[in-house]
Amino acid sequence: MVDFDDIDNPYNINGPNFCPEMYVQKLLKGSSLKQVMDKEADIVRDTQSLHSDMQTLVYENYNKFISATDTVKKMKRDFRVMEDEMEQLAANMEEITKSSQQISSTLQDTRQQFTKLLGVHSLLKRLQFLFKLPAKLSARIKEEQYAQAVQDYLHAQRVLERYGNMASFQGIQKDCEIILGDLKQRLRDQFKNKEASAKDLAKAVDLLLQLSEPADQLCAEFLAHAETRLEEQLGLLENFQEQDLLEFVDMGSKGFLSDLCLVVASYNDMFINRLAPEMHSSDDFETLATGQLSKFVMERMEKYFALVSSRVEKQQDVGETLILVRALDRFHRRLQAINTLFQHTDFTLTGTNIALKAGRRQCKIHLQALKGHFWEALTRVRQTLAATKVAGQDKDGPSLQELLTSLVLATRVKVKNVLQDLLVFLQPDLMFAMKPMFREAFCVDGVREGLVVGFMHHLTATARGFCAPGHHSVPPALLLLLSKMCLDFESTCVRELLSHTDDCFDAGVGSSSVVTAPNELCTNMRAAAQDLLNHYVRMQGLIVSQMLRKSVETRDWLHTIEPRTVRAVMKRVVEDVAAMDAQVGLLYEEGQRAERSSDSSRRTHSMSVSRQFRPNWSSYASSQLDQSAIATNIHKLFSERIEIFSSVGFSKVSILTGIIKIGLKTFIECVRLRTFSRFGLQQIQVDTHYLQLYLWRFVADENLVLFLLDEVLSSTVHRCLDPVLMEPSVMDIICERG
Amino acid sequence: MADDNSIIYGLEFQARALAPQLAETEAVRFFVGTQSLKFSQNQIHLVELDEEQSFVNTRVFPHSVGEIWSVSPSPVSHDIITTCYNTLTEESTCLMKSSLWRLPSSESDDRGDSDQETGSGPHHSSSGPLECVCEFDTSEYGKEVKVSAFHPTDGSRVMSIVDNHFLMFDVSESSAKLVSKGTLESKGQPKFMTGKWNPHHKCTQFVTASECSVRSWDLREDNKQAWCIEGAHSQLVRDFDINPNKQYYIASGGDDGCTKFWDVRNPSEPVISRSDHSHWVWAVRYNHFHDQLVLTSSSDARLVLTSVASISSEPDGHLGATEDESDTRKGILADGILATYDQHEDSVYSVEWSVADPWTFASLSYDGRLVISKVPKAVKYKILL
Repeated sequence: MVDFDDIDNPYNINGPNFCPEMYVQKLLKGSSLKQVMDKEADIVRDTQSLHSDMQTLVYENYNKFISATDTVKKMKRDFRVMEDEMEQLAANMEEITKSSQQISSTLQDTRQQFTKLLGVHSLLKRLQFLFKLPAKLSARIKEEQYAQAVQDYLHAQRVLERYGNMASFQGIQKDCEIILGDLKQRLRDQFKNKEASAKDLAKAVDLLLQLSEPADQLCAEFLAHAETRLEEQLGLLENFQEQDLLEFVDMGSKGFLSDLCLVVASYNDMFINRLAPEMHSSDDFETLATGQLSKFVMERMEKYFALVSSRVEKQQDVGETLILVRALDRFHRRLQAINTLFQHTDFTLTGTNIALKAGRRQCKIHLQALKGHFWEALTRVRQTLAATKVAGQDKDGPSLQELLTSLVLATRVKVKNVLQDLLVFLQPDLMFAMKPMFREAFCVDGVREGLVVGFMHHLTATARGFCAPGHHSVPPALLLLLSKMCLDFESTCVRELLSHTDDCFDAGVGSSSVVTAPNELCTNMRAAAQDLLNHYVRMQGLIVSQMLRKSVETRDWLHTIEPRTVRAVMKRVVEDVAAMDAQVGLLYEEGQRAERSSDSSRRTHSMSVSRQFRPNWSSYASSQLDQSAIATNIHKLFSERIEIFSSVGFSKVSILTGIIKIGLKTFIECVRLRTFSRFGLQQIQVDTHYLQLYLWRFVADENLVLFLLDEVLSSTVHRCLDPVLMEPSVMDIICERG
Repeated sequence: MADDNSIIYGLEFQARALAPQLAETEAVRFFVGTQSLKFSQNQIHLVELDEEQSFVNTRVFPHSVGEIWSVSPSPVSHDIITTCYNTLTEESTCLMKSSLWRLPSSESDDRGDSDQETGSGPHHSSSGPLECVCEFDTSEYGKEVKVSAFHPTDGSRVMSIVDNHFLMFDVSESSAKLVSKGTLESKGQPKFMTGKWNPHHKCTQFVTASECSVRSWDLREDNKQAWCIEGAHSQLVRDFDINPNKQYYIASGGDDGCTKFWDVRNPSEPVISRSDHSHWVWAVRYNHFHDQLVLTSSSDARLVLTSVASISSEPDGHLGATEDESDTRKGILADGILATYDQHEDSVYSVEWSVADPWTFASLSYDGRLVISKVPKAVKYKILL
């Protein structure tokens, strides 16, 4: 019974393939009797119920069929009526179409007239607008609604243009043109109006362009107006030259530069960017417009630059570097703005140049200031020297070294301060300072070469200036001091300052321009020091010379008494030389002596040298004069030639040797011009002996002094009428007493 | 270069006075005056350079009145000289005098050598005494007679310099007649150092040196000062010389060791200033023919031959040269030292060019050494060619 439900199953009683035979077979085979009995009863029952169902269905369908037949009969009757009515309707419709055609044909004319009337109406409306246009325009203009007015006009313009040949329109057109002329005039007036802002201007230009005014003329006018405005600004700036620099630059930036920017921007907007595509010859116009603009901008900027640089020039002072730099930076930054707007020229270049010029000038001013300071310092030194000279000699002792160190130190500090001050120019946040052009030129030309090297040269030149023949009143101590100063610079300061400069301004490195080597400066310094020292020696030598010369020239050597003392002038000479020695000793090292020996041995040595000559003279006889002359000549042959006015070394003994040489040589020459009596000779003998006793300690080579003094004495012997020398023992006593 | 053909002639005495024999234009001759305080020993040597130029001939004239401080020969006569000398008075004090002397005629030296003297040259002859023509009476004007200089062309005029006076004498007669005198009036009683006639302007000017200045006096106008270079040197002016060929140009030397060249129309600034000596400059002399050559002598025992071609009268060298030659062969002499001569051992107080030969000069040092030298050949050819 599993597949009872299957439709194709022949055992399904409700299926179409039901096979009663098989079904019964199966039922009989598979079921008990009871079950078969039951089944039979079931089937019977089902058959009965089905039968009754069928009966009811048939009955029902029958009834329906009958009613349907009735209906068909009825319909047959009704359709006949309908047919008639339909015919009637067709006829009616025909009639209706006929009449409607009649109506429409009658109404046709009227409709045409109507549409015509409508057209006339709109035309009239437009005409009315046209007729009203002049009045409207003037009203608008009165209300200053220029934009609206232009809009209106442009609206009507085409009509007016088309029908312009008709008399009535001509009147209108004329009126309009007059009014528009007025409008244009007003717009132009706006140009000329000084109060008008750039925005208003731009608007006006825009309107005028819409009114198809010639663009190039407008450009020119626009620029002309802008010019008056900018000139005004510039004039204002010019008047404010006295203002604080920062304020000045700010004013220039805010007033002039921003206006210029605005002008350029609106010009670009109005004429170049907007118009160009529309124009036929757009390229031509663009170049023309750009040309006009650039010419204009260049002229303004030039003036502006001129103003700024003149103002900057006025500003320059030593103390205001910071302000200057800040102002320059602001100025430079603002230029960047116009540069972005106006690309044809790099204004920052000019700006950098101005900054560079300012930098250079600042360097120069600093140099001047340095020179001034140096001169002042020198003057102070001179005054101090003069004061101490008046006050007394022992007081000027300690101050000379102090003066020197303070002078050198002050100069060094000043230079360093100046460098520090100038470093402001190189602050990394400065726009112009970042430009290599500025950096190189400023660091190398301006600071290193111009300022530092220039100042060094000035130092040597000033120092050398004191050697010039015109300077007679220079205190010798000053020469000495300056000489030592030059030496100090040579040994340390030059290099120190230059390397300091190079460090701060990285000037010495990688620059194309030629830089002065420190060695060159050092050589200069040394040469200057040498010159000064030589001059000092000559001056001091001259002082000693003058004393000795006067002492020889003014005395009557023929009528002099027997010497009892050393002449005062010799003591004076020794004192002066000692003073010079002290003075020089303050600044210069002792230096090398030819030989060193103890005081006592030196003394005996000197005596022995003298004694070699003395026997000749003391036992003087007329025949022996020639021999002594020959002796001295031989002595000269074997000793080195003595240069009197020669360069001296940078040491105390060398300097003093130079001075003493000059003095003693003068002594010789003066003695040779005089004639002596015996006592005159003896006086000279005493004097030279005295000098010999005291001068050796100052010189490098005592033999030199001995030689010169012997020369003095032998010259005197030659110039003596009665050459008899004094006993050495007496001479010693006199000298020791003196 | 400096010592080619130098001839050294030694005097026995110290000497300062040296002068060329001006009237002699054939032979190279110099007068030398000795300076010895044994007054009677003093001599005047007339030194002549031999043709072969390997030795000198000398004539020696005793000058026994005193030691000679300066000699100045007559421009017209061979045998006339003036000397300024220091003599001893009876009170055994010294006195400076100046006299005009006539040399004994030259035949006298043919008589043979004197026995008293030992000669130093091959021809060393002692001559008869000098004849004192006249004595310049300067005693009332001062003590120090520096020089008695002959007029450059007129042998009858002599200018003596005494202290701060210059006295013009007429010696055409047998006695010296004082014709005119001039005085330097200034505070501090300055004395003249030396004086010279200016050969220009028809010899109407006399130039003197005193202290640091060089002054010119106009002899026509009552001996008024014509021009003055104040402070020519920072110390004493020892000597000066006037460019013989170019007006207004003078050279000066002084105690500052400098040699300076002046255009006297601009006395404030020297045209050239040189500092080649290491001590005082005692003498400065222009070459008479080639005034670009200047000699200076100094107490540093040196002699310096300097070129000042840039301010000489012949700035392009030799005037006779044609232009072609001048372009190709003639080198223009540069300014500066041409040669340094250091044969002297003592101060060289005087130097003089020869009158006869423009390339020869003599220098005298205090120890009595007379050196006759020549301009280096290279320089000579440079100027000549």
